[in-house]
Amino acid sequence: MSAAVLTSLTDAGTTTTAEAALFWTLGPIMVLAALGLLFARKAVHAALAVVVVMISLAFMYVAQDAVFLGVVQVVVYTGAVMMLFLFVLMLVGVDASDSLVETIRGQRWIGLLAGVGLAVVLVGVVGRATYGRPTGLEQANGGNNPTAIAHLVFGSYVFAFEVVGALLVTAALGALVLTHRARLTPRVGQKERADARVAAGGVLTPLPAPGVYAKHNAMDVPALGPDGRPLEHSVPRVLRIRGQEADAREYAARIDRVLAGGGADRPVLVTEPGGEPTPPPTAHPETASHGAPLPGAAQAGAEQQEEHA
Amino acid sequence: MRHLLFAESGAVAPVTADFSDDTWWIWVIKAVGIIVFLLTSVLIAIWFERKVVARMQVRPGPNVHGPFGLLQSLADAMKLLVKEDVTVKAADKLVYIVAPMIAVFCSLLTFAVIPLGPAVDMFGHVTPLQLTDFPVAVLYILACASVGVYGIVLGGWSSNSTYPLLGGVRSTAQVISYELAMGLSLVSVFILAGSMSTSQIVDSQTQVWWFLPLLPAFVIYLMSMVGETNRLPFDLPEAEGELVSGYMTEYSSMKFAWFFLAEYINMLNVSAVATTLFFGGWRAPFIPADSFLQTGWWPVLWFLAKLWFFMFLFVWIRGSVLRFRYDQFMRLGWKVLIPAALVWVVCVAVVQGVRQFSGLDLRTTLFVLAGVVLLGLLVSFAIPEKKTPAGPKRPPGPEVIDPFAGGYPVPPLPGQVLPPSPRKQRQAASAASSPTTDVPQVTQEVHGG
Repeated sequence: MSAAVLTSLTDAGTTTTAEAALFWTLGPIMVLAALGLLFARKAVHAALAVVVVMISLAFMYVAQDAVFLGVVQVVVYTGAVMMLFLFVLMLVGVDASDSLVETIRGQRWIGLLAGVGLAVVLVGVVGRATYGRPTGLEQANGGNNPTAIAHLVFGSYVFAFEVVGALLVTAALGALVLTHRARLTPRVGQKERADARVAAGGVLTPLPAPGVYAKHNAMDVPALGPDGRPLEHSVPRVLRIRGQEADAREYAARIDRVLAGGGADRPVLVTEPGGEPTPPPTAHPETASHGAPLPGAAQAGAEQQEEHA
Repeated sequence: MRHLLFAESGAVAPVTADFSDDTWWIWVIKAVGIIVFLLTSVLIAIWFERKVVARMQVRPGPNVHGPFGLLQSLADAMKLLVKEDVTVKAADKLVYIVAPMIAVFCSLLTFAVIPLGPAVDMFGHVTPLQLTDFPVAVLYILACASVGVYGIVLGGWSSNSTYPLLGGVRSTAQVISYELAMGLSLVSVFILAGSMSTSQIVDSQTQVWWFLPLLPAFVIYLMSMVGETNRLPFDLPEAEGELVSGYMTEYSSMKFAWFFLAEYINMLNVSAVATTLFFGGWRAPFIPADSFLQTGWWPVLWFLAKLWFFMFLFVWIRGSVLRFRYDQFMRLGWKVLIPAALVWVVCVAVVQGVRQFSGLDLRTTLFVLAGVVLLGLLVSFAIPEKKTPAGPKRPPGPEVIDPFAGGYPVPPLPGQVLPPSPRKQRQAASAASSPTTDVPQVTQEVHGG
């Protein structure tokens, strides 16, 4: 078989040295890239291997006078079809590799059997084929490759062409119909979201940065509002959910101690005139003296953060 | 007179340009010349863009390095060269390095088929001022552009980071949608010129440049070329306000510079394509085709002038239009540009078909077309205008609004005023109660009205 291919390439009379050199350069690259498709671990690498095969194939077409086919191959298959594949693969993620668990029992053996069968048939057919002398595309092109193709497509094969076109349009329409979903709720646009945020009474400005005041500079320490109260929603939502934020009540209590005239760490006994010494004010979760923001603010803040992410 | 060898009328020649006199060293000269031209043009383009945008924003722009700040982009390039080359640890190394190379190599390919001028005498050889040309040259340009997108997409994917990935995904969707509109707008040029070879398209514009008869296609091309090159207002893959820098966020030093280079070369590419397909290529306007200004090396000047006109257009658009939101951008591409381009291609094909098969001459065709347009206009007058629902009559004078009506304070729009503030009302009231003092005038500021 390989001998037959060889003769058809070198014995043709139309194959120039340059064309043969191009073939023997691109051929191994294409085979390697095709093997890469089979053995690449990441899906994107496999897709790139296919791109290499496609572009090399386009070079081959151009070298064999089929200029239009070569360029359209790149525009349509490499530029659009493979790009859509890549589009999907990229959304899967960088480190994602295919699962090797067989979902259909015996799938591997059936596949292997079918593959061997196809190979046997192909070898049988190709080995028995007789090759005529290649004449090149000179005559078929008639001086201008796209014009000759246009005469074929819109002359001899216009019906087949139209049928294929109708089939493709039907497929696209079918996909549209099948994936169509009637909208049950009103569309939430930018304006609706903004209005909802305002109506919820949430924080309209960007969230305050956490932990930026004199003694502390850490993500888990709440920032202080203009009234000196810790703002709990300044700590990133993730830390709050994980329970990794510093205790806001402790900070609130410290502030209260300072405001009451004592040190931040040392409790002071405030003596009211003519009364009993009262304990320093401490934060009660109910009274929300520790700078709990407006009701719903944390919620709104969380939503804002999600949108930023 | 050295001029393009015209194809014999009637016979289908693949291309107009004649490369039969070329030798291998002429190819080398042309190829090296194209690369040098592109690289220096990019340096100038960066300076040009910064200078023009600065003028539009009433500031001087780069003016320190060299005369008029001309060496600024050279200094920037040097800075990028010697910066530390950071490779992201989690990146897919091979793809990460290959991506900027794909972007640059593909952008360098386009100019091979752009005719910079007619045939010239180059060291005793008569050769057209373009590296090569073939019957599907414009399709080849589209192919190069579509492969070039792989650089952006892979760069965004291989960085293994959120913003670059978003940028890469956006650019995929963007280029696929806008390449459709771009290709369709070019099809009408192919129909009129009867060829996809660049030299033949230039040759077909001896009488009239195609942007005049094909104005809708030209406008669609202008819009899609901005989308194709990821420039403002369509620079969503690298939107600074949303994605830091999009697909090139994780790139630094020379790899970043390659992306930057590719972007500017792509601008030059699409400008050159617009010049070649719609603006007569290297032809000068109003000068007879056999004048000495239309032969030899002179046309390179006209070509460059047109090229830089389009580059200016890019900068002008950037300086005046805001970035689109992503859904608006996609709506424009799929619901406006592509249907419009399709309808236009059908119109052009019908007219061309009628011309070809009925044997009508150009003047009759144009008169018939004008008649059809006039008839359509008359019919459109006969259609009753849709009644706009009569809204409440606006009271004369500026409208007083309640700024807290929506729950939060809003400033007045043009033609609206705020109600007088309580303090001013109190002042007016106290002034009225004590007649000895001067009455302060309660003035209302009318905004914009």
